[in-house]
Amino acid sequence: MSFIAKPKITHPGLPRNSIGLTLRDYEGSMSTLCAGCGHDSVSSAIMQAYFELSIEPHRVAKVSGIGCSSKTPTYFLGGAHGFNSVHGRMPSIATGANAANRELQYIGVSGDGDSLSIGLGQFSHAIRRNVNMMYVLENNGVYGLTKGQFSASADKGSKAKKGEANSYSPIDPVLLAMSLGCTFVGRSFSGDKDNLVPLLKSAISHSGFALIDVISPCVTFNDHEGSTKSYAHTREHMLETVYADYVGEHEEIIAQVKPGEYRQVMMHDGSRVGLRHIDENYDPTDRIAAISYIEKHRAEGAVVTGLLYVEEGSEEMHTTLGSAPGAMSEIPYEKLNPGAEALKRIQGRWR
Amino acid sequence: MSAKTRVNDFVIKLANVNGTGSASSNGLLMKSIFRMGIPVVGKNFFPSNIQGLPTWYEIRVTKDGYTCRTGTTDLMVAMNAETYSADLAELRPGGVLLYDSTWPRKDLQERGDVTVLGIPLSGMCNEAFESARAKVLMKNVAYVGALVALLDIEMDVVENLLNETFSAKPHLMDANMQAIRMGYDYAIQNFSCPLDMRLQRMDKTDGYVMVDGNTTAGLGSVYAGATVVSWYPITPSTSLIDSYSIFCKQLRVEEDKSGNKINNYCVIQAEDELAAIGMVLGANWNGARAFTSTSGPGISLMSEFLGLAYYAEIPAVIFDVQRVGPSTGMPTRTQQCDITSAAYASHGDTRHVLLFPSDPTECFEMALNAFDLAERLQAPVIVLSDLDIGMNDWMIPEIQWDESYQPDRGKVYDADTLKDMEKFYRYLDVDGDAIPWRTLPGVDAKGAYFVRGSGHNRYGGYTEKSDEYKDVLDRLRRKSDTAATLVPRPVFEPGVDVGAEKGWAVLSIGSCHGAIVEARDRLAGEKISFDYMRVKGFPFHQSVSEFIEKYDRVFVVEQNRDAQLRQLLVNEFDINPAQLVPLLSYDGMPVGSDFIVEAIKAELQLQGAATAG
Ligand SMILES: Cc1ncc(C[n+]2csc(CCOP(=O)(O)OP(=O)(O)O)c2C)c(N)n1
Ligand code: SF4
Ligand SMILES: [Mg+2]
Repeated sequence: MSFIAKPKITHPGLPRNSIGLTLRDYEGSMSTLCAGCGHDSVSSAIMQAYFELSIEPHRVAKVSGIGCSSKTPTYFLGGAHGFNSVHGRMPSIATGANAANRELQYIGVSGDGDSLSIGLGQFSHAIRRNVNMMYVLENNGVYGLTKGQFSASADKGSKAKKGEANSYSPIDPVLLAMSLGCTFVGRSFSGDKDNLVPLLKSAISHSGFALIDVISPCVTFNDHEGSTKSYAHTREHMLETVYADYVGEHEEIIAQVKPGEYRQVMMHDGSRVGLRHIDENYDPTDRIAAISYIEKHRAEGAVVTGLLYVEEGSEEMHTTLGSAPGAMSEIPYEKLNPGAEALKRIQGRWR
Repeated sequence: MSAKTRVNDFVIKLANVNGTGSASSNGLLMKSIFRMGIPVVGKNFFPSNIQGLPTWYEIRVTKDGYTCRTGTTDLMVAMNAETYSADLAELRPGGVLLYDSTWPRKDLQERGDVTVLGIPLSGMCNEAFESARAKVLMKNVAYVGALVALLDIEMDVVENLLNETFSAKPHLMDANMQAIRMGYDYAIQNFSCPLDMRLQRMDKTDGYVMVDGNTTAGLGSVYAGATVVSWYPITPSTSLIDSYSIFCKQLRVEEDKSGNKINNYCVIQAEDELAAIGMVLGANWNGARAFTSTSGPGISLMSEFLGLAYYAEIPAVIFDVQRVGPSTGMPTRTQQCDITSAAYASHGDTRHVLLFPSDPTECFEMALNAFDLAERLQAPVIVLSDLDIGMNDWMIPEIQWDESYQPDRGKVYDADTLKDMEKFYRYLDVDGDAIPWRTLPGVDAKGAYFVRGSGHNRYGGYTEKSDEYKDVLDRLRRKSDTAATLVPRPVFEPGVDVGAEKGWAVLSIGSCHGAIVEARDRLAGEKISFDYMRVKGFPFHQSVSEFIEKYDRVFVVEQNRDAQLRQLLVNEFDINPAQLVPLLSYDGMPVGSDFIVEAIKAELQLQGAATAG
């Protein structure tokens, strides 16, 4: 494996976004993942989302842990800085980076191994702090990079490639996050770009911690008959509950309203997210009801997807800390240095 | 004055029960002496407990301004019945023991060679004060009153200090003064005051302050321009973060246009030390000066990330306020036991930059050094303080601020430079000093690169090619050589000429310094003299090995069992290990001059060279 730069060919006819960039400007280097890996589809949805939102790539910072999933930030947004950290510790890198500069967009990419076993603590605490970031958990039920051991998200009874069944009950990142007070929770499927792209866009415009759990099958170790994280199983058991229509600040809402209620949620940056409740009994702003809905369907074997919970007016970490606006890293030294007079005054108390 | 009179040169030890409010009384006593112009050293020996276990405070009155312990006790204030016998035993012959005689203790009269003075402190306070809390607290204030009489402390000084403390609470002022007078009057009426050991005003504390190293390290970090802190509570490092936070609340809060308070700093209490160091790396990567503070157990947990910071070249500042290990060890006792684990923290070939402060002055200075070096070298810098420096009360010259100081932010390409550049590569040795240039997120797409702990080449790309991997690893080794030239130089102090040849010398580190300085003076009186070098940074400067080579033997003084500084010297330099003789103090108490004097003498005797030196 090596670092493969993708040749950049710009076709004059390619559509451009409002800052004049084409989708190609959101690409990274060539993926080295297995052909057909769900993670590659997630990467392309991520590129699409940033492109559609007309965010300058260099204003995004990408962070990840360790795993096949955590490798993917190299494969999108080549113009953005990236930080591939250590296994399970991406949330702390993201938190510190965000503390230093609240003005960038943060995307964290992780796997179910990275987030739910070794990194469960950091994952939980980043949620508690409501760090302003989008956290994409590419969930395949296995440790891909270490060759297919069950992860903590594997369902009880789900079968490994060689046939043995998983005997432990799973940790569902969506339910865990909701119980921790996560302010934006969504679930999607790597094979459903129509659902995933607007969900990503909504998450990006959320102020606070936005978790997206993406079922992202591992074609090499967990895509067989008997696995509950395979393409086939996911397609069959997906239960689309709330569909997110991302609506820009100045855009008109042209939503094709399906059966069920339609409502809008105002995002921090002035944009709106239209929520089509495919199941009319579902209220994505009612945390308790949402939890029991998801729990109930999980017990029936269904994978509930969509924008499952959002807290309007959520207070992100810096608001709680009372931080100055702007980036800590850009405060001029003159402002940070209390000077000789202050030092004299302080030491007066040490006599 | 009789021949037995000892003025301004003795050790008072106060034995208390943890949680009874003795700290403020003992502080009052020490400050009073300091304000009489007499140099003092304050050492706190406290338990890992909130309430109930024994605790001692030791005040050394030292007219010559030494900064260490001696190892002896001249005056014991025994307020803890549980430790009476041990406290009595510790007293030097001819010493004085003061105790609460509300409950007479015959066994305290057992030593014929000390003077035992009993004051019914509890009895007096039970009568004089109403609340249960006051009865306990005022007992401690009352013994300070007795000492005012016994040691000839100036009453005005005590009264002024109390006034400053209780300016907002006059009723507390009255109660405290009442307790002081009670103790004072009792001593005047019952004993012959003052004792042979006594105080007399000097002018040796002008321009000095009393402070601990965690306070100055925290303050130094404010002055260094640090804006992001992440930490996890652990003794003895917590007060460093408290210091930073308190000074930020005083100095770094502004009001915005609508009158809201806004903070020009960000302190995050992490979920553990792994997260603490992770946040520090994230923030430094993103261009802020960020740090954490911890102790040995935290360094163990931070190791994986320290290796990443070393390999991916991310600045970070870590204060390690060392305590006794291994494992949880004795959390409230001091040692220098993280030297090797910090130097080579993490798996793989690593070598970290370390700074070794010896007192609170250097904690301030080295806080600034640490941030400058971390950004200059793009590497973690670990400041190895210890509990003795960090939490005890030191007399230091008032810290002067150099207004011309500007932080060294190291090699960072800005937006303009990037715009004019053809292409940016992260790990090129452009300048030949093995330090590459970096870029910050958010500045320009041209500067974008991917930080990774996995194999990478000089361009910043992923690699599994042997030669590309080695290329980077070898440059990192060379960067370590550059670091050796940038860390603070060792301090060399030649011994006085006693007419003997210099066959041996002393090499030491950090908080051993005070004890070595006093030992040197004491040994000079016995015609034993030595050259002395104190290392202040790692990787070691070349002058350290040049120093060692000059002598047949070098005594390496340090506070751990395994001679970790010596290990590091043997490991880093091509020297004969037999040349380095370890002198080790590792009982958890700050090393005193007695130990050094005796250890050196024993060693010289052993080697049959009692006069050479
Ligand atoms: C401290 C540490 N322990 C173990 C590993 C080995 N390791 C690498 S990736 C991985 C699991 C990754 O699983 P997941 O996050 O689900 O990613 P996936 O490959 O499935 O996308 C493990 C255990 C490591 N890199 N670091
Ligand atoms: S092993 Fe699985 S997760 Fe990893 S790249 Fe291949 S398909 Fe994807
Ligand atoms: Mg996985």
